[in-house]
Amino acid sequence: MFPAAFDYLSAHSVDEALAALLKHGGDARILAGGQSLIPAMRYRLARPAVLVDINPIASLAYLTETGGQLRIGAGLRDFAMEVSPVVAQRYRLIADAAAVVADPVVRQMGTVVGSLCHNDPAGDWSVVALASRAEVVVRGKDGTRVVPIDEFLVDSYTTAVAEGEMALEARFPTPSDRTSGSYQKIERKVGDFATAAAGVQFTLNADGTIANAGVAIGAAGPKATRVLEAERLLDGARPSADLFRAAAAEARKIADPAADTRGDVDYKKAMAGVLVQRGLVATLERLGGTAR
Amino acid sequence: MKINVTINGTAYERDVEPRTLLAYFLREELGLTGTHVGCDSSSCGVCVVVLDGERAVKSCTMFAVMADGHEITTVEGLANGATLHPLQQAFWDCHGLQCGYCTPGMLMTSLVLLKNNPDPSEPEIREALAGNLCRCTGYQNIVKSVQQAARELSAQPVGS
Repeated sequence: MFPAAFDYLSAHSVDEALAALLKHGGDARILAGGQSLIPAMRYRLARPAVLVDINPIASLAYLTETGGQLRIGAGLRDFAMEVSPVVAQRYRLIADAAAVVADPVVRQMGTVVGSLCHNDPAGDWSVVALASRAEVVVRGKDGTRVVPIDEFLVDSYTTAVAEGEMALEARFPTPSDRTSGSYQKIERKVGDFATAAAGVQFTLNADGTIANAGVAIGAAGPKATRVLEAERLLDGARPSADLFRAAAAEARKIADPAADTRGDVDYKKAMAGVLVQRGLVATLERLGGTAR
Repeated sequence: MKINVTINGTAYERDVEPRTLLAYFLREELGLTGTHVGCDSSSCGVCVVVLDGERAVKSCTMFAVMADGHEITTVEGLANGATLHPLQQAFWDCHGLQCGYCTPGMLMTSLVLLKNNPDPSEPEIREALAGNLCRCTGYQNIVKSVQQAARELSAQPVGS
């Protein structure tokens, strides 16, 4: 199906984009890669009256590591994450996810920040952002604010970006040398929505205890979800198979998936647990340990 | 809305409705029907074209207005007169198609793969084509075709 008619504005600077958003209010949507928005418009699930295209703003397509953070501009394509040596070396959780977002062609157009703004319940980047405690830089007419990811992801397809605002940048804290992570996802075929997904990251202290644990699951409720109880179990504990099983049980407990052609509720809940457990084991192995 | 877009080296100026998808602009406005439409929902990859010589994109999931000021290469832009592009020749030689419906997308996706990675391994080829569906071949001969094209292209002097 073709999308409903809309007015198209192409923005060549952030100021231009913000002026257009201010003028058109809730009728306007930002168009970045469009890999979720355009299909949604084609199915008439979305009918924005105005699209503000930020693709012409070349200065937003950046990936920089600065101030203890990986900063990702709103114009950066998923593909750029996949081929970045910095990401490959230091950001294992992100690198894992970058290789499995949608399909390789979609990744050449889709953007990280756009995915966070779309906030699909099965979106990969929301899970990664929660587990790595990312922030999103949001700008409006009254200035710029930095929103922690837990506040940014409000509900299905809803974020903290208010009318007249746009997300400019995602910030992922740079993991220490003793920190690693893993992204795990089950999908029926490449490019399908995840059946279940989990992102895990933690630090292994010199004394052998876990710190800064981040555990999140996707496709398991209205939005990507932090598994707070799993993080509490992990922090300060020594890695063991029992510990990881207990953390996985917490994920299974709070997973709230919807039954669909990809699986029933029990199966998806079980997979949320399995993927958290696999993610924890993989992370520990990357840090040179083994869970007994 | 007026757009200026260069397609296979030819500059076009056209007036399009913003909601016109690039695939339909190419096929219906310009008559370039080599770009196919399959699933029409960004899943199958038959509509892939190359944007600015460097990115393979699904033209059913991009508005024509987004191509304003850009260069698009479609399957019609591959051959040099009567001489097939090494990728096209390889698909011919290796029987990389049966019905041919997915072939334009396979070719354009492979073109970008080989630009970024001139000597891909077999798993790398399979991964790069994971967003392109073929219902005939089982992919085996498509992979062989891309391998042959990689050999041909790397044996050619740069720029040919």
